[in-house]
Amino acid sequence: MDWLIRFPHMDDARLAAFKKAIDEGFRAFTRAYGDGIEALFQPLQVFLIQSERLLTTTPWSIVFLVILALAWIGSRNWRIVAGSAVTLLLIGYLDMWQDTMKTVSMIFVCTVLAIAIGLPLGVAMSRSPRLRAVVNPVLDVMQTMPSFVYLIPVVMLLGIGKVPGLIAVVIYAVPPMIRLTDLGIRLVDRDVLEAADAFGASPWQKLVKVQLPLAMPNIMAGINQTIMMALAMVVIAAMIGVQGLGQGVLKAISNQYFTLGLFNGLAIVCIAIIFDRVSQAYGRRLQKHQEAVHG
Amino acid sequence: MADATSGISVEIRHLFKIFGAEPHKHVEAVRAGLSKTELNEKHHHVLGLRDISIEMPAGGIQVIMGLSGSGKSTLIRHVNRLIEPTAGEVLVGGVDVVKMSEAELRNFRRHRTAMVFQKFALLPHRTVLDNVVFGLELQGVSRTAQLEAAMRWIERVGLKGFENRYPNQLSGGMQQRVGLARALANDAPILLMDEAYSALDPLIRVDMQTVLLDIQKEVRKTIVFITHDLDEALRLGDRIAILRDGEVVQQGTSQDIVLRPADDYIANFVKEVNRGRVVRVGSTMEPLGSEPVSSVTIDAEATIEAAAHLLRAHRLEALTVVDPAGRPLGRIMMRDVLAAMFPEESGEVAKRA
Repeated sequence: MDWLIRFPHMDDARLAAFKKAIDEGFRAFTRAYGDGIEALFQPLQVFLIQSERLLTTTPWSIVFLVILALAWIGSRNWRIVAGSAVTLLLIGYLDMWQDTMKTVSMIFVCTVLAIAIGLPLGVAMSRSPRLRAVVNPVLDVMQTMPSFVYLIPVVMLLGIGKVPGLIAVVIYAVPPMIRLTDLGIRLVDRDVLEAADAFGASPWQKLVKVQLPLAMPNIMAGINQTIMMALAMVVIAAMIGVQGLGQGVLKAISNQYFTLGLFNGLAIVCIAIIFDRVSQAYGRRLQKHQEAVHG
Repeated sequence: MADATSGISVEIRHLFKIFGAEPHKHVEAVRAGLSKTELNEKHHHVLGLRDISIEMPAGGIQVIMGLSGSGKSTLIRHVNRLIEPTAGEVLVGGVDVVKMSEAELRNFRRHRTAMVFQKFALLPHRTVLDNVVFGLELQGVSRTAQLEAAMRWIERVGLKGFENRYPNQLSGGMQQRVGLARALANDAPILLMDEAYSALDPLIRVDMQTVLLDIQKEVRKTIVFITHDLDEALRLGDRIAILRDGEVVQQGTSQDIVLRPADDYIANFVKEVNRGRVVRVGSTMEPLGSEPVSSVTIDAEATIEAAAHLLRAHRLEALTVVDPAGRPLGRIMMRDVLAAMFPEESGEVAKRA
C-alpha cells in the first residue's frame, strides 16, 4: 500500500532518459536551424542598434527636449510635462542618463514590435472565433509561464544579447495588446456596424473607419499595459545581456549594493510613470467626444 | 407628379424568412400551412415572415406597421439584404436583390439605398459633418463634393451651426436629424426608415414627420417607413401594410385601413384613431344629386375635419367636392361627416365579432 502514500513516479533512469531525449532533440534543432533563425531576426537587431545609437549618441539636451515635446503633444498637460522634466533631470544628475536611454530604446522597440504583432492578431481573433479558441490558451501560457523558463530555449537558439532579450520581453508584453484589441473590436456597437453595412462599407472600410476608431480606448489601454509589462521585464532581460537600467539592478543584487539597486529601480519606476501618464492622457484625449454628454 | 419622382419601385414577392439552423428544410412545410407555433415546437425554428408580397410604388411612402415581434424590422432589412431571405424575391427597379453577388450588393447599398435607424446608429467618434458624409465617403466621392452635399442636407434638416458637434452632445431629436441628413446626402432613390422616430418624444416625432413630408415633396424618393404607431402610419403612408406574426393582414391606403379594416385585429387598432383627420372627403362624399350644388367647394383630398369646419363657418347644408382641376365630383353633407367619424357599433365589423 506504499503507492497510496508516496506518489508512484516514473523510475529515475527512464525519467532521466526522457528529459535527455527532449534536450537532445532541441539541441539538434538548434544546431540545424539556429543560424537560420538568427538571420531571420537580423533586421530586429539592426532596428535595436539604430534606435539605441540614436538615443545614446544624440546630445542629452536634444533628447530631453524631444521627450518633453512628445509628452506635451501626447498629453497637452503642463503638469505632466513638468513632472517628466524634473524626473529626467534627476535621473541624469544621478548619472543614469545613458542606462536610461538604453532602456527607453529597448522599450520603444518592444512596443513597436508588440503593436505590429498584437494589432493584426487581435483584429484576426475578433473575426474568427476559431482562431480565438486557439490563441487564447497560448496567451495564457505566455502570461503565466515563469519568464526564466522561456529564456532558456531563446538563449539556446539565439545566444546572449539584445535580440533574445527583446524576444523574451515581447513574449511577456504582447498578450494584453492582443487581448484588448480583440475585446475592443468585439465590443463595438452592433447597431453602428449594421449602419456601416447598410451604407455599403467594404470589410476594410468597416475596420478602418468604424471598428478601429471605436476600439481605440481598449487598444490604447493595451499599449499602455504592454509598455508597463515591458518595463517590468527589463531586469530579467538584463540577465541575458540586455543593457540599461536592469544591469544596474542585477549588479546590485549580486554585490549587495543597496543604493545602486534602489536608484536604478526608482529610475525604472519613474520612466514607467512618465510613459503611463502620457499614454493615458493621450488615450483620454482621443475619447473627448465621449465626455460632453447632452443634457 | 409621378414624373418628378426620383424613386424606383420595390416589389417583394412571396418572401419567407425562417430563423434557425436549417431554415431551407422547413420552407415547403410552412408554404403548405405549418403554423408558427408548430414550427417552433416541433422543429425549433422561428417563423419570421410568411409569404409576404408587397408592391411599393416608386416615389411614394410605403408604411409597414406592426407591433413588436410582427416581423416589420426583419422585413425592411430584406430590402437591402441586411438579412438573407429563406425564399422569395426582392425586386428593386426590376432587379432581384437576393441574387446579387457581394460586390453588386455593396454597390447597390452604396448607390440605391440609404437607411435611418431606430437607435440612430451614428458614429460617436465623428462630428455631425463627418457623420453626414459617411455614405459619400464609402462611395469614394471627392471631399469637396462630400462637404457640399453634407452642408446642404445639414441645413435642410435644421442643424446648421452644429456641424462640429459630436453626436452625444445632441438631443435624441437632433441626433435623428443627423441620421436623416446622412441618409439623404447619399442621394439614393430608396430611403429605408426602421422605426426612425419611435425613440423620440411625441412632439418631436410629429415635428420630424413634418420634416420628412416636406423633404419628400422635393425629392419624391421611394420611402419604406416602419412604425408601430398607427397615427404615424396614417399621417405618412401613401400605402400602408399591416403585419402581424410575420404575415400581412391588410394592405392599402389609409382610407382603406380606416374605413374598411380587414379584421377585428385592425378594427381594434383603428378604433382609437382620430378619424376626422384621416378620412378624406373623397372617401365619404355622396354623388351629385338633383338638388342645387353648393357654391362653396372643397378638395376631394381634404380631411372631413376640414369639411366640418367649412360647413360650420358658412352655415351650409352641403359642400361641393371638386378635383384639383376644380371639376365637381360629388357633395358632402354634415351627416356624411358624422357617419364617417362615428361609425355605427352595429356595423359590419362589430357584427363579425
